[in-house]
Amino acid sequence: MNRFGYGLSTSSQIDLDVSDNSFFKEILAGEPSISTCISCGSCVASCSAGAFDKISFRSALHLFETGMDKEAISLLEGCMLCGKCTLVCPRGINTRHALVLIKRKLNKR
Amino acid sequence: MTERVLIIGGGPAGLEAANQLNLLGYKPVIIEKDETLGGHLAKWDRLFPEGESAEAVLYKLIKPIEHTTIYLNTTVEGSDKNGDNFLVKLSGGKEELFSAILVCTGFSLFPAEKKEEYGYGIYNGVITSSDLEKWFKSGKDVNVNNPAKVGFVHCVGSRDEKVCNRQCSKVCCVTAVKQACEIKEKFPNAEVFCFYMDLRMFGRKYEDLYLKAQNKYRVRFIRGRVSEVSEDINGKLVIKAEDTLSSKPLKVSLDLLVLMTGMVSNRSTQKISDIFSLNLGEDGFVEPSDTITNMYDSGKDGIFLAGAVTGPKTIPETLSEARASALAIHNYLSNKSSK
Repeated sequence: MNRFGYGLSTSSQIDLDVSDNSFFKEILAGEPSISTCISCGSCVASCSAGAFDKISFRSALHLFETGMDKEAISLLEGCMLCGKCTLVCPRGINTRHALVLIKRKLNKR
Repeated sequence: MTERVLIIGGGPAGLEAANQLNLLGYKPVIIEKDETLGGHLAKWDRLFPEGESAEAVLYKLIKPIEHTTIYLNTTVEGSDKNGDNFLVKLSGGKEELFSAILVCTGFSLFPAEKKEEYGYGIYNGVITSSDLEKWFKSGKDVNVNNPAKVGFVHCVGSRDEKVCNRQCSKVCCVTAVKQACEIKEKFPNAEVFCFYMDLRMFGRKYEDLYLKAQNKYRVRFIRGRVSEVSEDINGKLVIKAEDTLSSKPLKVSLDLLVLMTGMVSNRSTQKISDIFSLNLGEDGFVEPSDTITNMYDSGKDGIFLAGAVTGPKTIPETLSEARASALAIHNYLSNKSSK
């Protein structure tokens, strides 16, 4: 088996020319405040489940925006919808509502 | 005799200082190296954070000094101390006597072609923030042709030891956000990207503009410095950067790339500093005698400073400093005459 050459390693590059962020746009339509995220990380730092699971709302948003839905969802699976992140968001993003929207849309799939 | 004050530079600082010195009863004389007044302001279209017209601001500065002596296309070539006064040699051979000097030589925009990897002067679609203002003002630029995707590169020639400019130019972040919003106003369907390292929205209402860019215009802010720009076979610009928020390399094709050129010290400042023995900092800007309480004092008797000659500044900051300098000159001349 030919196990060498450039073709074998998959690129981790984000190619914005081909990325499809239609799922992000759906969430954005339901919760427009997510457009104002500044990636400060307070949602992640305040996350109750964050100490036990790899959860990152801000990274998930960012990944959804670049069309990497699978990776994004993997960062939200441990979320218990407690809403603590909503309390600390300095931009006033309704993070819990965005999470509920994401969950609802995924359930419908 | 009315005391004469030489103002070197006819930009916002020089114009405002001239007005204040007139009001205080002195006779200011502005010398300007170019053939028009207004400096960079005269080339700008609208100002952050609220989109005020640069032309209207310039008019407000020029109108009150209509009867002030102004020498255009003139530079300072030398100066001798004559008692407390300065015998200043101007280009063209003229020599005139002044009681005080106000240095308002401002700044230059970083020459974007020095950052070769961004392709300014190589690819047609790469322009500077100043080129874009010219287009906003005149509508004339063959390179701005209904672009579908537009990028802005922050910190071009700022915070960059490679081009010997360590300083933050401070006004480019908010200018990029302003211009990004204006592009969306002109081309509502365009996708706009800002490549930034930090966003320094330090002034009142700047954060509001940033918020508007995010929630109204959906400008996409990508945290990462552009590493290279190339052109593909279809003439699209291919931009590479790291998306540092996801730690992944990123690529995007654009129609137009705007380089936010920083503020750097200019040759006039260097020349004037040589003539009047002013202290220059490592960054090439003039060092005032005290950076907290005396930004407008050069430390040399009778020589004062205002505006971006002491570092990057906004227009309102420059105007406040011009007024402060006029008052400092007034105090200096009053003390002198009471002796």
